[in-house]
Amino acid sequence: MDNAKDLFLGVDVGSVSTNIVAADEKGCLIEKIYLRTEGQPIKAIQEGMKRLAEALGPDASIKGAGATGSGRQLAACVIGADTVKNEITAHAVATQLMLPEVRTILEIGGQDSKIIFIKNGIVCDFAMNTVCAAGTGSFLDRKAGRLNIPIEKFGLYALQAEAPVRIAGRCAVFAESDMIHKQQLGFNAPEIICGLCEALVRNYLTNLAKGKKIEDPVVFQGGVAANAGIAAAFEKELKTKITIPIHYDVMGAYGAALLAIQKIKESGEPTSFRGFELIHRDYKTRSVQCTDCPNSCELIEIASDGEVMARWGGRCGKWAEASQNYINSGCRKM
Amino acid sequence: MILTFPHMGNTYITAKVLLDELGVSYVIPPLDNQEALSIGARYAPELACLPLKINLGNYIKAYEQGADTILITGGCGPCRFGYYSEIEQGILRDLGIKMDVIALEKPDAGLLELMRRIYRLSGYEKNVNRVIGAVKKAARISALVDELERQTFRTRPRETAKGSTDRIYSAFRENVLNAKGYDGIKKLIGETSEKLSAIKVNRNQTPLKIGIVGEIYTTIDSATSFNLDIKLGNLGVEVDRAVTVSGWIIDHMFKKALRLPYDTGYVDAAKPYLKTMIGGHAQETVGHSAQYADRGFDGIIQIYPLSCMPEIVAQSVLPGLSRDKDIPVMTLIIDEMSGEAGYMTRIEAFLDVLDRRRERSIG
Ligand code: SF4
Ligand code: SF4
Repeated sequence: MDNAKDLFLGVDVGSVSTNIVAADEKGCLIEKIYLRTEGQPIKAIQEGMKRLAEALGPDASIKGAGATGSGRQLAACVIGADTVKNEITAHAVATQLMLPEVRTILEIGGQDSKIIFIKNGIVCDFAMNTVCAAGTGSFLDRKAGRLNIPIEKFGLYALQAEAPVRIAGRCAVFAESDMIHKQQLGFNAPEIICGLCEALVRNYLTNLAKGKKIEDPVVFQGGVAANAGIAAAFEKELKTKITIPIHYDVMGAYGAALLAIQKIKESGEPTSFRGFELIHRDYKTRSVQCTDCPNSCELIEIASDGEVMARWGGRCGKWAEASQNYINSGCRKM
Repeated sequence: MILTFPHMGNTYITAKVLLDELGVSYVIPPLDNQEALSIGARYAPELACLPLKINLGNYIKAYEQGADTILITGGCGPCRFGYYSEIEQGILRDLGIKMDVIALEKPDAGLLELMRRIYRLSGYEKNVNRVIGAVKKAARISALVDELERQTFRTRPRETAKGSTDRIYSAFRENVLNAKGYDGIKKLIGETSEKLSAIKVNRNQTPLKIGIVGEIYTTIDSATSFNLDIKLGNLGVEVDRAVTVSGWIIDHMFKKALRLPYDTGYVDAAKPYLKTMIGGHAQETVGHSAQYADRGFDGIIQIYPLSCMPEIVAQSVLPGLSRDKDIPVMTLIIDEMSGEAGYMTRIEAFLDVLDRRRERSIG
């Protein structure tokens, strides 16, 4: 690490994991932190920021911050983000920096999975699955538990299989009973694991790609990309080579950091980042009703030390705007 | 006889004018369709279409307020829509709720039967002119309300103070319940329209334009599609929705019944992708999508309730249309189980796609 520590943060808060990265102004990733959200996103962010501050040392100076993930508004409010972007855009930005000519991004994380199609350098189509577990990492976690094999070894097992057994995997529940059935028939663990990987890949492709053409080059990222068995199953099914980025597990957070760099460069304004001391503050969220018009929207309010910091969830974007202004103004009263 | 009717977007305003003008008593179910859905979902079969569940919730609420007869504008075509009232009545009967149904559609028995039903509706009012007048006035109001809604579609993305349009428009939807008859409601519409015109807007803005297509209930009833049209507007998008209440009433009920010519442009536009009517609004979905593309819209969003068959067919031909006409299409499936956050992520990502495409074509 060099001495000029002008850094940009990216925070990706999902329901399963919370990732935080720091990148330098050229977009090189300097540090990454990975934690489980465990239903307490604010705590996860605070803990992650604490670890990050320790890892970066005292002379790091944060010049910008971006937030993404399903908890992006919350994250933006807690850290004081300069940009808030959806996961699709954040992921695509990070991948394109690494491989500018990428045409298809396959992403499988613990909580959801996505596919992103890119044409002429811009995202032209995408699909997301947040409901069905049979196409996500949690599917594999559960199966690994059933087979008593540590999830990290799962991929290696899969690669040992000579002939994978076909597991019906349209749905996580059916896959489970079919897997047990195949176990009883005497198939060995590698064969079954390989079959599971192929089932997940089939699921993913039918649910998300829906017959759309998958163009080369293909990049595979998200937590599940660590699994060599899945990667191999994709290569087999798509009959093409796939690339896995080094920072495959934090691409969303990385993209958020890159978007923050872009934003700060374009606006030339100082960052809204609130500093690492925010980790000591005490935050409270609650739901309130907006009484400004008969819509009576239900809002989520986040307050710190009795002071309201942000509200969102309203139908008319008025609170989103107010919250953003509040953050940008260095948190003067709302 | 105390009438009631199911909610679908702003249809309650049209129905109110009709019933006010006919001088019959009625109750309007509470506007909150999310609440109606949770009531309906309790009693309807799980796999029943989403609109059916909401209708059911509306009826149960109205029954509690004293309604005993349901006025519906019937379904058409070979879709499940055609069976709604039978299923709904069956469920209500099982719950021990006795309600009659008057279906305002062209029955197989012909036009005379339709007239007979309107007579029954108006308590056998013998004055034919009054009945025809009431129908005409209701149709006229439906057109005015649609125009008012279109005005909100234009002001929302351009307003300089966020929330201005919503404040006026949602107040209108509440206050209209207290206005009476054609004259009262027409006056309120006029006043609301003036207020909307007075909103400060940014005239230099060229918002993204998105056409909303799909199953009629979820497209017209904003609350059911988590207020997609309003949210898009507030994100700076000008939306358009080809299927409207007035179009539906005027084209589907009257013009078809009276065999008058009506706008069939969408049928031709859909031809290369979908040749015939397959039920529901699939043909409209495909045809309107093609028309939006030809009119230079930036993107199309299709919405439909989970398991809606006609729209599933439409969805399967949309990728071809999207490729041919080079226009991004996104499909959102409304499922009572899924939360709003997931939809918002998709919508934001879709807007990013459209923004970048526009920058690309200008830059
Ligand atoms: S958030 Fe906006 S739309 Fe919702 S009640 Fe408040 S002012 Fe009305
Ligand atoms: S159009 Fe769709 S939602 Fe309506 S009745 Fe048919 S299947 Fe059900």
